[in-house]
Amino acid sequence: MNEILEILEKDARATPEEIARMLNQKAVAVKSAIKKLEKDGVILKYKTVINKEILREENNCVRALIEVKLTPQKNLGFDHLAERVYQFPEVTSCYLMSGTYDLLVVVEGKNIHTVSSFVSEKLAPMENVRGTVTHFILKKYKEDGDILKQPEKSKRPAITL
Amino acid sequence: MKISRTVEQIPPSGIRAFFDLVLGMKDVISLGVGEPDFVTAWNIRERAIYSLEEGYTSYTSNKGMEELRREVSRYLKNKYGLDYDYEDEILITVGVSEGFDLSLRTIIEKGDEVLVTDPSYVSYGPIVTLCGGKSVYIKTLPGNGFKVTPQDINKHCSKKTKAIILNYPSNPTGASYSRKELKELSAAIRKKNLIVISDEIYCDLTYDFEHTPLCVLPDMKKRTIYLNGFSKAFAMTGWRIGYACAPREVIAGMTKVHQYTMMCVPIMSQMAAIEALKNGERSVQEMKREYKRRREYVISRLNEIGLSCHKPEGAFYAFPSIKSTSLTSMEFASRLLKEEKVAVVPGTAFGPSGEGYIRISYASSMEKLKEALARMERFLSKNKMRG
Repeated sequence: MNEILEILEKDARATPEEIARMLNQKAVAVKSAIKKLEKDGVILKYKTVINKEILREENNCVRALIEVKLTPQKNLGFDHLAERVYQFPEVTSCYLMSGTYDLLVVVEGKNIHTVSSFVSEKLAPMENVRGTVTHFILKKYKEDGDILKQPEKSKRPAITL
Repeated sequence: MKISRTVEQIPPSGIRAFFDLVLGMKDVISLGVGEPDFVTAWNIRERAIYSLEEGYTSYTSNKGMEELRREVSRYLKNKYGLDYDYEDEILITVGVSEGFDLSLRTIIEKGDEVLVTDPSYVSYGPIVTLCGGKSVYIKTLPGNGFKVTPQDINKHCSKKTKAIILNYPSNPTGASYSRKELKELSAAIRKKNLIVISDEIYCDLTYDFEHTPLCVLPDMKKRTIYLNGFSKAFAMTGWRIGYACAPREVIAGMTKVHQYTMMCVPIMSQMAAIEALKNGERSVQEMKREYKRRREYVISRLNEIGLSCHKPEGAFYAFPSIKSTSLTSMEFASRLLKEEKVAVVPGTAFGPSGEGYIRISYASSMEKLKEALARMERFLSKNKMRG
């Protein structure tokens, strides 16, 4: 991966000026490189990583992983079916899988009922869906490389030779 | 109780009081740390934990566990093409610090002279003294990137000169040598028939060219004691483990001293080190890329705020000049600490030539580096010290 992306992936707020310093390049060059990455769709958007484990009480947000078995459509394969699934705003991630099921769908809802009604009313009855298995997430420890707790204070002494 | 005159005469670390000041203060952003800001990779820690569960709690062979010595030998072969026999040319030591002490105790006779760069790491001079030797300091200059030249060697050698201590990349200056520069140096070293103690603990943090161990150069292996360890590259400072590679008669001598003073390196550290060598390369490369970016950022900002700084080739230190402020290193560091709560190390900690400089460690997160440099900028402009 290019180094600009590596830096932005860790810190979306790194400015072009700062990135330019880190890479010993001109700020304008970094700016235009970022523009191009945005234009090409390599950089989709800039988001904030929120630790919802802390907000859980007030937000009451639950997440479930749902295994979905499909009957592929003639000429269309799985892509078309996947599209019908991932268009739902409740779906936060959607993957085509190898193994015993076809789609892994991550669904987020206010509570267990919203998620289960989504599964029973929207997902399971869909044409070509042969079956679903729903796993609710009980606790999140780490997500996309981020450990979901405050980092511990460094144990290094403040000054050493 | 009366302590020995030799120990009494070793200069105490003059900056101890300053260190105590730093350690007693809260919310300091510290750029004064001589160790990585990464915690040892989990696979390495996990291996040590597991080894304790398995009951690895005994002494090991004095030289270090055979598996570890084999791994060190293999690692050096793969990485640099070095040929050190695990049986009698490698000794596992309690960090490079012990390796360094053993080297000098093994080669120095009373009255021998040893060439030491100034500025350099704090322990070199005092250990030479403890061994009954005499340090002859080579003052290195920023104009030359704080490097020793062949002329320096010629100029400082006498009939009594036995050895030279090299440390590259260097703590505190970050200076390192390209292969070409090392070839020139080694020619002078051969001509003067010197032993080299080569402390290459920061070798993996070399940014602009490939690190060359001195002992790969022609005719150098037989006169080099190669010291390295796990502290910096694998972020394992607290494990206290390193290794020395040298001709077998030297390793045999060093092993004798090691046997009587240290017995062996703690077995859990040895177990962890085996894992580091087997599966640690990925984290080394990640760390290096991160440090390189921080280096570029810090050097560029330092020069911008008026503290001129050469670009160091390695380690994680910047060594900017503070001469434009007309303060001494100690005054600068103390005032910066009191006024802006940023800790740096006065250059004088590393020898008299460090006067007019400070050591800044960029082994801190980008976020902290940004904030610290903003504070330094404010400190300089508030006091109208901008060069």
